[in-house]
Amino acid sequence: MAQITFISSDNKSTVVSGNSGNLMELALQNKIEGIEGNCGGVCSCATCHIYVQPEDWTKIGPPNEMESDMLEFDDKTTNYSRLSCQIQVTDAIDGIVVNVA
Amino acid sequence: MTGKSSQTCIIIGASHAGVNFAFALRKEGWQGSILLFDKEATLPYHKPPLSKSYLNAEDHQKIDALYPLESYTTDDITLKLGISIASANAKDQTVTCQDGKEYHYDFLILATGARPIIPNIKGIDTVKNIFPMRSIVDAVAIRTALKKSISKKVAIIGGGYIGLETAASLKKLGATVTVLEREPRVLARVTAPEMSHFFEKLHHDNAVAIHCNKNVTQLAHHNKTNIISCNDGSIYEADIIVVGVGILVNTELAEQLGLELANGIKVDSTCKTSDESIYAIGDCTNHYSPHYNKNIRLESVQNAVDQAKIAAASICGHEKHYNTIPWFWSDQYDVKLQIVGLTTGYNQLVKRVETAKEKSVSFWYFKDDELLAVDAVNNAKAYILGGRFIQSKQQLNKEKIKDSSIAITPTSFL
Ligand SMILES: Cc1cc2nc3c(=O)[nH]c(=O)nc-3n(C[C@H](O)[C@H](O)[C@H](O)COP(=O)(O)OP(=O)(O)OC[C@H]3O[C@@H](n4cnc5c(N)ncnc54)[C@H](O)[C@@H]3O)c2cc1C
Repeated sequence: MAQITFISSDNKSTVVSGNSGNLMELALQNKIEGIEGNCGGVCSCATCHIYVQPEDWTKIGPPNEMESDMLEFDDKTTNYSRLSCQIQVTDAIDGIVVNVA
Repeated sequence: MTGKSSQTCIIIGASHAGVNFAFALRKEGWQGSILLFDKEATLPYHKPPLSKSYLNAEDHQKIDALYPLESYTTDDITLKLGISIASANAKDQTVTCQDGKEYHYDFLILATGARPIIPNIKGIDTVKNIFPMRSIVDAVAIRTALKKSISKKVAIIGGGYIGLETAASLKKLGATVTVLEREPRVLARVTAPEMSHFFEKLHHDNAVAIHCNKNVTQLAHHNKTNIISCNDGSIYEADIIVVGVGILVNTELAEQLGLELANGIKVDSTCKTSDESIYAIGDCTNHYSPHYNKNIRLESVQNAVDQAKIAAASICGHEKHYNTIPWFWSDQYDVKLQIVGLTTGYNQLVKRVETAKEKSVSFWYFKDDELLAVDAVNNAKAYILGGRFIQSKQQLNKEKIKDSSIAITPTSFL
């Protein structure tokens, strides 16, 4: 089981846990404000943009080419941007904190 | 106004449009009750994967639910699944279920979508294992039939996105797939010939046979298989037939309600119909696009979700106007196609091939100097920036777009 803290744009912090699917789905299940996942998780809409805390970056790792291309020209993109639909929820990411972009 | 607690909002159709509307309505502050009807019994799910990852997934049990069941409870959305609305009356503001039960509404939302066209081909009632591809029931039936089939021969009638995606997915499952398209090329209705040829080659390279100019005129069941005859005398055999020749908008209820129809249910920029208390959203609507300055009917998740939010905001008095540049995607084999904009009316096509990237090409559709649409194959940058250029009516240098030695950036094509 991985425990994940989402901090939404209105600074509300929600701790959720999961052990399957992707982070976007987990956010939707827990109604995290600002995560929409309109395309259903196929890296096509960029409505599930999050920032990973720098100290958690190695746990999650960088985006693949398609994902980084989706993000590259977004004004909100930082060095720690990811699309949450592309992050699998496993024990490996237990304890991370992410901010909704 | 955010709906007194005594008010009722009824939604007909619990798919991308209806479900997103229900949640959006709560978010906008609606205090009344929300009843969400669908004739399908399955917890509302994502449709695009049906012809893509769901069809060829190992684990067939997992459905891609739009929201988990708990979310409906949390937001006090009453899901009424497996119930078909048989009629509606605008004067009394009521809807009636198939079983005769009647409900009163203060606001009614038509999110009835569309149904697959079943063409009137001679012998269509005599063949076995013939399926449309619109619902989870169809996808499961196709998979089950393929499992049972020994020859694993599948014929797909119609080379649109759904037909081509289904072809790619069934191929991956070990089927021998033939696509029969009536037009001289696949995707004829939506893309330029160059794009059609790209996809024809992609399927050819993956050993899926695509035959164009094939008007299927007769179907028959013979020797435990289906025989498909075309107008040019050619004959194909298939255990399974998938029909993907387009959709018909579900407008029967709208007709009963006396709403204005025009190739779909006519809505204004807030998704309101010709009746003050009835809104319509998603595939069943026809709306005016300020950007393209014309009425359009879209079949896409983006349109369903965006219209859902617009309608919810408007009903709660936070009026918003719909003017999004349409976007869409399709996944076939290792190719991701992303589309932004509408190609209708283009008179010039600019093709760009990324040399540094495999199978990455983009088609830029112009009407004179205005960019109308971009079809981007494995090229998210072209898709994202294309959308931005379309929205802002940015003037672009077509020669620079063509030149793949110039990287795609927000300013490199100016
Ligand atoms: C196989 C497939 C692949 C697709 N791929 C993509 C894609 O990659 N990208 C994309 O953007 N779009 C894709 N689409 C299109 C997208 O799924 C539709 O645009 C979207 O589903 C429209 O949503 P909707 O809610 O408007 O209508 P629908 O999804 O058609 O839902 C309408 C619902 O209303 C219900 N209903 C109708 N009448 C009644 C009644 N009288 N009583 C009760 N219930 C009723 C129906 O049962 C249905 O569930 C795909 C569609 C299919 C079928």
